[in-house]
Amino acid sequence: MALMKVKFDLKKRVKLAQMLWLMYWFSIMAGVLVFSMGLFFKIELRKRSELMDNNESHFVPNILIGVGLLACFLSASGGKICYDSLDSTKFVKWKSIVKPFLICCLFFNILLIVTAAMCFAMRIPLEFTLAEGLKNGMKYYKDTDTPGRCYMKRTLDLMQMEFRCCGNNNYKDWFEIQWVSNRYLDFSSKGVKDRISSNVDGKYLMDGVPFSCCNPSSPRPCIQQQITNNSAHYSYDHYTEELNIWKRGCRDALVSYYGGMMNTIGILVLMVTLLHIAVMIGLQYVNTSLSTLVNPEDPESESEGWILEKTVKETFTDIMAKMKAMGKGNQVDEGANEEAAATVS
Amino acid sequence: MVVGKMKLTFQKRVKLAQYLWMLSWFATLGGAVTFTLGCFLKTELRRRGEVMDNTDIHCVPNTLMIVGLASMGINYFASRICQDALDPGRFPRWKTFLKPFFGCSVFFTTLMLISVILSYAMKGSLETSLKIGLKNGIRFYKDTDTPGRCFQKQTIDRLQMEFQCCGNSNYRDWFEVQWISNRYLDFSSKEVKDRIKSNVDGRYLIDGVPFSCCNPSSPRPCIQYRITNNTAHYNYEHQTEELNLFIRGCREALVYYYMGLMNTIGAVVLSVFLLQCSVLASVRLLQTSMEAVAGQENVEVDSEGYLLEKGVKETFMEYVDPVLKLLWMNQVTPPEAKAEAGAS
Repeated sequence: MALMKVKFDLKKRVKLAQMLWLMYWFSIMAGVLVFSMGLFFKIELRKRSELMDNNESHFVPNILIGVGLLACFLSASGGKICYDSLDSTKFVKWKSIVKPFLICCLFFNILLIVTAAMCFAMRIPLEFTLAEGLKNGMKYYKDTDTPGRCYMKRTLDLMQMEFRCCGNNNYKDWFEIQWVSNRYLDFSSKGVKDRISSNVDGKYLMDGVPFSCCNPSSPRPCIQQQITNNSAHYSYDHYTEELNIWKRGCRDALVSYYGGMMNTIGILVLMVTLLHIAVMIGLQYVNTSLSTLVNPEDPESESEGWILEKTVKETFTDIMAKMKAMGKGNQVDEGANEEAAATVS
Repeated sequence: MVVGKMKLTFQKRVKLAQYLWMLSWFATLGGAVTFTLGCFLKTELRRRGEVMDNTDIHCVPNTLMIVGLASMGINYFASRICQDALDPGRFPRWKTFLKPFFGCSVFFTTLMLISVILSYAMKGSLETSLKIGLKNGIRFYKDTDTPGRCFQKQTIDRLQMEFQCCGNSNYRDWFEVQWISNRYLDFSSKEVKDRIKSNVDGRYLIDGVPFSCCNPSSPRPCIQYRITNNTAHYNYEHQTEELNLFIRGCREALVYYYMGLMNTIGAVVLSVFLLQCSVLASVRLLQTSMEAVAGQENVEVDSEGYLLEKGVKETFMEYVDPVLKLLWMNQVTPPEAKAEAGAS
């Protein structure tokens, strides 16, 4: 008993083929969209590769690009097949290819679902990469004279201003590293000597942050030095001063930015998957309806179309049996070869 | 004296009508593009409207929007006219419509050219407007508690960061203004009292700038206070320190940005203008050549088309006279009434 059997006459077949052709055009555009999303994501990752420890995985955007191209190609072929299906003479050359093509489409749809899952799951490794990258970035903030790191300061400043964040987890991360280069410290001054001798590593630590942490929405000019010292500034209480510098950490900000992007892309890929499943089912109907014409000579005769020839369970057992037969076939051949070899020797 | 006389065979007329139909659709698209560019320019000018003193510059995007809409209408009618042109039965119904149509079209096409010229001519007005607007913005920077001015600080800070500029002409503009509110000054401290006494108006002036003037490309952490004092900072020479703050003034940055925008828009609108002119000329040729064969039995004969029946000046007077008569009619009648009264 076939799965979802539908009766077709010529009018219905023509309508199905036309609708399917239109849907294939949409799926080509969807494939282009997936390709461009993958490209966009790759560019965004590269833009901030300095903050991602330079070993971030480009696996997901590469897969998206590949899947997009493959979707375009499969949709174009499918569109051509169903365009030719309206003409019985043209369709004959496609008859033998359609079944393997549909199996390819099935595997492609599974690949699409896996891609969507990966888009959603990529958030976790990204968070670790960003945490590591930002920590190093802040460490090298002062090294504007070291080749290879001279633009780290600029990158970090621009990022903090753009994403409205400060430090890795929060602004206190800046208190734990020396972000003022030794070139600009007067080692003969008492203040500098005190600070350096106050910690084990001899680093110049202070309770100040770079200017890029400043919040323009603050009603008062930015307080970036001696932040925790209430008496250093008039009418200032650092616990209640909310708007002075950005409160959010940059790791949070970047993860939510990229996470949002990946969620959108993942949802898009799922919708494209649904579209592709629909066209695959449509093509199966077209194929089966054209191969079960009651009167093969008369194109206007009635026919039947279905998704699967037998039920799901029977089809599954059939496939397993075929695979077992193929596997046993190899063993039987080997056995025969061994016997032949034994008899010869 | 006829202007632009041309002999047109039947085949040529048909080809002209076909090309005109396609051209007019492109010109409609051009009109839509002009309208969109006008909207875009207006939005960009409004975004920074807080640092502009007057809205004189808005005449450029307003004109562009009007011209864009008019152009879409003109070209739509042009395409309808050329569709009906080859059918001698349907063409006569356009007869009365064509004279005002050409008058309006020429007017709006000239307006398009004027808008392009305006976009270059208004540079001076824009600069003056920005000068005053920025001066006020810097003056009211500290008034974050005054209603109506509380977002001035945020606007100026974001502007300086986005356009990478500092102050009106340069960073020294900040030295002449008190940009720290009195709420955050400790009036019992000696330093504050000294500074306030040092000038006539009793303002707290410092040689410092807000953080938004800081240049992220600088190799050293930003020096925003005691900028002119070399001894206040280690290894610092304020004359040679190039990258510490943004060198450019915000007025210059904004004028440069808007002029770049208007140059691009001007180039696009100029090409739309040329397209529009060719559409109008083609419609006129088609109309005159069709009128020459109107009423004849065999419409497939050759005919002559022209752009203007009389010279340019005479045609201009022909269009302008009715308008002037309408305006002067009020003035003409009183002297006549006086003469009649005098006679009686």
